Amino acid sequence: MIAGMIAISSGVLFALGLVISGMTDPKIVIGFLDIFGNWNYSLAFVMAGAVAVNLISFRWILSKSKPLCETKHYLPTNKLLDKSLIIGSALFGIGWGWTGICPGPGLVNLASLETNALVFVLSLIMGMEAFRWFDKKRA
Amino acid sequence: MENIVYPLLGGILIGLSSSFMLGGLGRITGISGILASTLKKPKKEELWRYLFLLGLVGGGFLIKWIRPELFNYSLDFSILDAVIAGLLVGFGTRLGSGCTSGHGVCGLARFSKRSIVATLVFMFFGMATVVLKGVLL
Repeated sequence: MIAGMIAISSGVLFALGLVISGMTDPKIVIGFLDIFGNWNYSLAFVMAGAVAVNLISFRWILSKSKPLCETKHYLPTNKLLDKSLIIGSALFGIGWGWTGICPGPGLVNLASLETNALVFVLSLIMGMEAFRWFDKKRA
Repeated sequence: MENIVYPLLGGILIGLSSSFMLGGLGRITGISGILASTLKKPKKEELWRYLFLLGLVGGGFLIKWIRPELFNYSLDFSILDAVIAGLLVGFGTRLGSGCTSGHGVCGLARFSKRSIVATLVFMFFGMATVVLKGVLL
């Protein structure tokens, strides 16, 4: 019950952070990525603010033996700097720069009720499904 | 000043959100990963993923309802651009195990080597794409 309330309210809070920061407006994101153009550096402060909070809170949280509602912390265990990580991140970067939308803002932008918001999210899901198929094939 | 205060405030809220997720549920707030795992057969212990996404998407509608001016922008690119971008982001974030939230916001704060590399790579390719599209198209 408490866990569910934390999950849903964290989702709302995340959406609010994205909207207030300007991350949901693709033009602002493109302006941030366009370093040789009329560079809009403001979004650097989104990452700075978020990471600054987490630098303090994560250290404190992870110093405890377990989180509030679970018996353990679920952290990624993979430490490999492999081809998948690099190529995947490169493809994601190209897709992000293509229109200025990453997954979080893509989902929040559904509220805009624009066709492009829905098309982006459906394509995002198709891309994830395509990866699942590819991942099975290569295994 | 305004163009620093709002991004900083928004970033702090995003940090608090991912801190609540780690402190409450012990989970990394990686939006691409959370979305991808809801596409599989639902499991009871993964209910939190659906609830987080409900909060994220529903939160968007709630914010738009209360403060519509915050959505005062448009997604004015072609449908084809939306398809290309969505497919690349979907496939790429799964192959690379994360996006701006999981690798960027959470991974950097954990000093994860994989996340630091991933963030540098997607930032570089994001910038290169915008610069090249500006030059070529």
